[in-house]
Amino acid sequence: MTAVAPAAARPGTDERMAGRHPFARLLRRPEMGALIAALAVFGYFSLTTASFLTPAGAATWLYSASLFGIMAVAVAMLMIGGEFDLSAGAMTGTTGLLVGAFTTQWGMNLWFAMLLALLIALAVGAANGLLVVKTGIPSFIVTLATFFILQGLNLAGTKLVTGQVAIQNMILVPDFEVGKAIFGSTIPVLGLDLKVSILWWIGITALASWLLLGTRYGNWIFAIGGALQSAVQTGVPVRRTRIGLFMGTAAAGWLVGMLSLFDVATVQATTGIGQEFIYIICAVVGGSLLTGGYGSAIGAALGALIYGMILQGIVFAQWDNNWLKAFLGGMLLLAVLVNLSVRRQAGVRA
Amino acid sequence: MSGGAGTTAAPILEVRGLGKSYGSVIALDDISTSVGAGEVLCVLGDNGAGKSTLLKVLAGVHPHSTGELLLDGRAIRFTGPRQALDAGIATVYQDLAVVPLMPVWRNFFLGAELTAGVGPFARLRAREMRAITHEQLHRMGIDLRDVDQPIGTLSGGERQSVAIARAIYFGARVVILDEPTSALGVKQAGVVLRYVAHARDTGLGVVFVTHNPHHAYPVGDRFLVLNRGASLGEYDRTGISVDELTRLMAGGAELESLARELERD
Repeated sequence: MTAVAPAAARPGTDERMAGRHPFARLLRRPEMGALIAALAVFGYFSLTTASFLTPAGAATWLYSASLFGIMAVAVAMLMIGGEFDLSAGAMTGTTGLLVGAFTTQWGMNLWFAMLLALLIALAVGAANGLLVVKTGIPSFIVTLATFFILQGLNLAGTKLVTGQVAIQNMILVPDFEVGKAIFGSTIPVLGLDLKVSILWWIGITALASWLLLGTRYGNWIFAIGGALQSAVQTGVPVRRTRIGLFMGTAAAGWLVGMLSLFDVATVQATTGIGQEFIYIICAVVGGSLLTGGYGSAIGAALGALIYGMILQGIVFAQWDNNWLKAFLGGMLLLAVLVNLSVRRQAGVRA
Repeated sequence: MSGGAGTTAAPILEVRGLGKSYGSVIALDDISTSVGAGEVLCVLGDNGAGKSTLLKVLAGVHPHSTGELLLDGRAIRFTGPRQALDAGIATVYQDLAVVPLMPVWRNFFLGAELTAGVGPFARLRAREMRAITHEQLHRMGIDLRDVDQPIGTLSGGERQSVAIARAIYFGARVVILDEPTSALGVKQAGVVLRYVAHARDTGLGVVFVTHNPHHAYPVGDRFLVLNRGASLGEYDRTGISVDELTRLMAGGAELESLARELERD
């Protein structure tokens, strides 16, 4: 990417640009740290475990990363916009449970049930956004409340409707196989049996990246998270954009809800609980600032890839599973420190 | 005390007997002044003199309570900042309305991005915006190495100038500068003053709000001095010296005695 397009009546190259090697430019990208870390983790588990690099092994960690990745990308966009969504994890459960209950318990048409669940998710996202925008209450608090509400509803509602803590027999729902082809199928690619969710993950990452860097919405998101007041003064439709971001994470929650629903044809009432922080960690590891205004969708996807590889790599290496959390904490701390120095370098000069 | 004596061009923006009160508090009372193309009007005053209130009325943030606000000779009442902007009155606030972590060119076009295509996925015309940003800044005398660098890496004076260049590019006829030099060192303030003069030379009306007469005097054509919400008079550059201006602002004798008190030898 060159700095400026050639224009007439202007000296062609600037001698001060000489020291700016393209490689140095690349190193400044927010996702660079995550890329290096991902390569390191990949290398480590490939060398130390037998199953990590096998087709089955790779398909496993890629699948695992894909579900986290879709959410992490949406959460990263929201974080670039300066907000958090702690209800994102529970939303993956809520949407799956809604579709499950609508279809298995009340015999609703599958597609209609899915559409209805999406609309409900978007409404919850819009409610989160509206509350934050109208009241100025930090989104951390607003979505923490939404998280608990959803968690409670997921469990109590499921018990009330089914008498159990899970919804089963989705396989008996008409059209389930069609849905499975879209959201839960396995596609052979280069000898790997890849879950279709991986394609969704790549697609969502590409879409988010395009939105952030290639459209005005991206400009607005960076501006809102970087300096809200400035965004207001320059006429950015601040409210609309912020609410849209919350609806985005909710919609991603719906997508992941569908992906897991059609994968196993069963939804646990506890699905997604406790994962909200993992999304945030993936985004931060991918270069997003906790304070907003900086980050990348590709970085968040890489953060999720790292998480997926460690999650499965630890299993392949037959370590105690609990090491994962320690790893995660260490990585978060490291990422925050790296991001902090980036922010300092970018010179938030007074 | 001559209302617009040195005015060469017809005023773009004019106020007559303007007043503004917030509830029972009178923030501004009976102010008359104007600014035309290629002219720099300096609004001077100490803290609390009413500079900000006047600025907000001119920028359309608050409507005035009494008197008249005239745009091109016609009475107008701004309903909001957007309307003032559309009328060609751009305000560069102290915080400059820039986003430090974003590239210079993205800041330049923030809220008014050039896009190609229709619908929600219209593509940014990034190449073109980079070129325009570079060219516009070049025209202001700012030779940026890289319009992709975060604007936070620029010096305070440069950032101020980018904000001014942005206002000019987006069709401003009058630029209101809110204390553009107050946070800057001597050298940087000089840089900004040069851009103010440059903006004036390109035919822009400039309203320069400041509490520093030494910054105002070199570029100002006329000086409106405010004190406690009222006008202490409007002076032509030829009719007043910088020392007189300083004395007037500080309440005359008060500062002189302070100067004597603080003087060593």
